[in-house]
Amino acid sequence: MSTPDAGGHSPADTADVHAEIAADVVVDARGLRCPIPVIRLAAAARDAAPGTMLSVLSTDPAARHDVPAWARMRGHAFVATDESAADDGTRVWSVTVRLGGAQ
Amino acid sequence: MTETTPGPASPEDGGRRVHLDNAGAAVLHPLARQAYLQALDDGWADPRRLHSEGRRARRLLDAARESIAAGLGARTEDVHLAPSHTAVLHAAVSAVRSGRRRAGDRVVASAVERAAVLNAAAAPLPGVSPATEARAADGRSAGAGCVEAGTVEAGAVEKVRVDATGRVDLPAFVAALTSPGVALAALQHANGEVGTLQPVAEAAEAARAAGVPLLVDAGASLGHSPVDGAWDVLAADPADWGSVPGVGVLAVRPRVRWRATWPEDADPWFPGGVSVPAAFAAAVTLEATLADRAAQDARRRELVDRIRGAAASVPDTEVVGDPDARLPHVVTFSCLYVDGEALVGELDRAGFAVGSGSACTASTLEPSHVLAAMGVLTHGNVRIALDRSTTSQDVERFCAVLPGAVARVRSALGVEGL
Repeated sequence: MSTPDAGGHSPADTADVHAEIAADVVVDARGLRCPIPVIRLAAAARDAAPGTMLSVLSTDPAARHDVPAWARMRGHAFVATDESAADDGTRVWSVTVRLGGAQ
Repeated sequence: MTETTPGPASPEDGGRRVHLDNAGAAVLHPLARQAYLQALDDGWADPRRLHSEGRRARRLLDAARESIAAGLGARTEDVHLAPSHTAVLHAAVSAVRSGRRRAGDRVVASAVERAAVLNAAAAPLPGVSPATEARAADGRSAGAGCVEAGTVEAGAVEKVRVDATGRVDLPAFVAALTSPGVALAALQHANGEVGTLQPVAEAAEAARAAGVPLLVDAGASLGHSPVDGAWDVLAADPADWGSVPGVGVLAVRPRVRWRATWPEDADPWFPGGVSVPAAFAAAVTLEATLADRAAQDARRRELVDRIRGAAASVPDTEVVGDPDARLPHVVTFSCLYVDGEALVGELDRAGFAVGSGSACTASTLEPSHVLAAMGVLTHGNVRIALDRSTTSQDVERFCAVLPGAVARVRSALGVEGL
């Protein structure tokens, strides 16, 4: 159900998961357990410019707590968390941050 | 478990295991075993029997209740002994909900109460059926209301938010408990996971003015931090202060309306009674613990400060919980990009038993609801509760081992430079 080695997807790949949030980069960490989703997100953030909207997709419920905490520690702004269900009923959270947005 | 890292059981420290996970299951107090064994010899019989052996067990049990009551500042007849702390919390929440059904069935609780409180508040009330309603209506029980026949509704629990230190939002808590339809308010004395003390005195004053009973879970506090009389229902946990497991303590002021949601028994609160040796050991160790509490407070506070300093100097590590208004022996921190289970394993191999609120260390995928409510990292979490047996050397060695343990876990995850 997951693509563990996925890096950044184009937003179109996952438009169904978070229709309201216009992310510039989406990190797919579905099927991975914390802290891996946060680590994948941080790796994507390292290569992105300030102001970038970055989303991470996770099936681990801890991500919805840990991504905002990571953003606070790194000076990014937490934007939103959306919850949806995959076809097999698995819950998926999309957590979005804006890089450097806390300044 | 294979030993792949340096640090375990080194010859110079004699391979001493250091238990830093004492919250809710402390290393036995030196008097606990002695009291327990003595009560096994003298109080093994059923205290309900009328022969000499039974009466001897009864005397030990009565003495234990009396002594525990004195430690709590309660009347002996208001103290009830249970098989566990969880049983205490379940019974207290459900019986007060049942007794106050005319007032309503909402429970107001801080978002960081123990799961046993939150779960009992949300559960359907057992034993509520047309038959029990009818019996209650002509019986001695309090609060027999005109509830629709056959309804067994899940309770509504209102979880009041906490700040980043884990302290409940007091104005929000007071506003919630003074609104209509509240059966019970629950506020822990201190949070056992992060150590933060709660504003119990203020909450008790508001609850009293509103006529709502306040349940204070002192399971992490009693024996460690002064617990005064600001409660209507009090819960305490002997295993947390170093007694043997197998007993819990409940105290209920006579003004509190309650009704059992379980079958009638000679012991109205906890049918079947309690282990007499466990009760006796709880009483003996509570007395001893309260006698040197102040000295232990000062000693352990100083050791905790050292751990707080050492943890805070590990890169990307947050020490969580209130730095000052806290339990003297508890310290919790979270390390960014660290797998909690792996870190517990690293420290275990180095000789240290620690707790964790990270999801991967629990039986569920959900991480600690306490850390989540505080908005702090739930991964890479380490919980420490020092015991009276924890030495300065133990803490020094822990502080020396910690940075390397975190670094090894991070290195395995390849997170350098993030």
